[in-house]
Amino acid sequence: MSTSPLRLVTSDAREVQLPSGSTLPAVESESQLRGLLAGLSGVDAVGAEARAAKLATRSLKKTTKLAALDLAISMVDLTTLEGADTPGRVTSLCTKALHPDPSDASVPSVAAVCVYPDLVAHARHVLGTSSVKVAAVATSFPSGRASLNVKLLDVREAVTAGADEIDMVIDRGAFLSGRLGQVFDEVVAVKEACDGAPLKVILETGELVTYDNVRRASWIAMLAGADFIKTSTGKVSVSSTLPAALVMLEAVRDFAEATGALVGVKVAGGIRSSKDALRYLVVVNETTGSAWLTPDRFRFGASSLLNDLLMQRLKQRSGAYVRADEFSGD
Amino acid sequence: MSEDRLDVRKTYKLLINGAFPRSESGRSYEVTTTKGEFVANVAQGSRKDVRDAVVAARAAQAKWWAQSAYGRGQVIYRLAEMAESRRDELAEHVRLCEGLSPKKAQARVSRAIDRVVWYAGWTDKIAQILGSSNPVAGPFFNFSVPVPSGVVGVVADQDSSLEAFVDAVLAPIAVGNTVVAIASEKRPTPAALLGEMTATSDFPGGVLNIVTGFTGEVAPTLAAHEDVDGIDLGGVDEDFANDLAHSAAGSIKRVLRPSPTDEASLRRLRAFVETSTVWHTIGQ
Repeated sequence: MSTSPLRLVTSDAREVQLPSGSTLPAVESESQLRGLLAGLSGVDAVGAEARAAKLATRSLKKTTKLAALDLAISMVDLTTLEGADTPGRVTSLCTKALHPDPSDASVPSVAAVCVYPDLVAHARHVLGTSSVKVAAVATSFPSGRASLNVKLLDVREAVTAGADEIDMVIDRGAFLSGRLGQVFDEVVAVKEACDGAPLKVILETGELVTYDNVRRASWIAMLAGADFIKTSTGKVSVSSTLPAALVMLEAVRDFAEATGALVGVKVAGGIRSSKDALRYLVVVNETTGSAWLTPDRFRFGASSLLNDLLMQRLKQRSGAYVRADEFSGD
Repeated sequence: MSEDRLDVRKTYKLLINGAFPRSESGRSYEVTTTKGEFVANVAQGSRKDVRDAVVAARAAQAKWWAQSAYGRGQVIYRLAEMAESRRDELAEHVRLCEGLSPKKAQARVSRAIDRVVWYAGWTDKIAQILGSSNPVAGPFFNFSVPVPSGVVGVVADQDSSLEAFVDAVLAPIAVGNTVVAIASEKRPTPAALLGEMTATSDFPGGVLNIVTGFTGEVAPTLAAHEDVDGIDLGGVDEDFANDLAHSAAGSIKRVLRPSPTDEASLRRLRAFVETSTVWHTIGQ
């Protein structure tokens, strides 16, 4: 297990101890899946919100803050998911992803750009062989309301066009009406269609109503082979919240302890300020441990967040607060 | 009113984005009369309060400027109406802070309120004075019109707690800027009261923001802030003003170092405007 050199705060956060020889449990039937999920304890909603609120009061200072800002920049999936997206817009997004601050070479590249499948080929072309990945939102994003065949075709086309990572949405309708096996099977099928590309599964926590559902959906996605679980599409009114992310991170931690598989978490939607981003990093560090403080295991899906991170970074270095138009917009 | 009634004590708060928060730092300090008697507890603003105030001012600026000049005048005139109806309270605090007789304090409040009216009148007249129609060699109209600098920082006068404050904040606001003002350190309550009155004068949140606190602590942040387009250094001494002007130069701010003769003058109104020149074809 690789560990990030950065420790955000001195803490007693537990490091994950992997039981040797543990493996993913095979899910063979819907009733078996239900049995597995029934074994999960309920989420203490008040406790989760209180813990998230408590962790949100942590303040990072000086060198730790600078390191955390750089880490957050390297974790950003720079995203444009608009009907009005054009190849030109994707070009400028990719350019920004490679060199977020053209005046400072010490700023790391972001983790990935995240676009609709039809713009994957263009993004791939602009990014070339750089370390920045191309992520595509497939499976009839954001609603996921299409037949499985259409979703799989969507995924396959994106992968063929050069997508390194796939962001899929679960069928919330199926989940909420209790067809858990269908949700599971879809993730398995999409994972297969990804042909080795890491799969991020969007739970859309804002539509799942309860934290218990968030925990259950997290487990279904992980059991079905998700490489990341992701909070939201960013297209519904309730996007990523700190308590929901906390519940997902706990699920990831428990899953790692039970099976030995390390699943990443991506938070997306509504994260605009550096302060918010650093709060998530604190929650990650305190829940799963610093092993998750790497772009391989934690991501921010965002667009305007990047500029705020750059502004705060510059402020930390120069001492003066920075103009918002110092950095390019979309 | 019964004698044993509990006091309703007031802590003077900051004014940021139309709200009256305590300082983010949780600090407050005591303001006393010139003879050292307690006047009030006042929020002691921090650098982060200045930052928040600038964010609010920036967000409010485009909307304030988009309002009609006549409308801006009405809003500022409404402030005069509010101040007139609370003039005794203002006069009491001017008296306590500046160590004046009640009569002199009343006179100063009158002058300050008159000045608010004066600035209210200028909103839709300044373009006629500072603007021009320029002769050009071609079939074009060519106009130069004054436009606001944007966000203006004010380090308010330390002695004149109300009149100078009115000058410093309303001149830039009248021409379409939004303002982040640091009130007089030892005499902040009249400014804080005026801030309260903006809340009942249709001032959109963020147009006037007031930070009370230690000038030496917060002024450098305001001067160096890159999202502030101009700064009025009326409330600091020569040496400190030089330092602040130096850090303001990093983001090429307009710097105003007013002299006492600038009261209610065109020089005040002109301090934070830019000139925008537009061409328009004739007969199209």
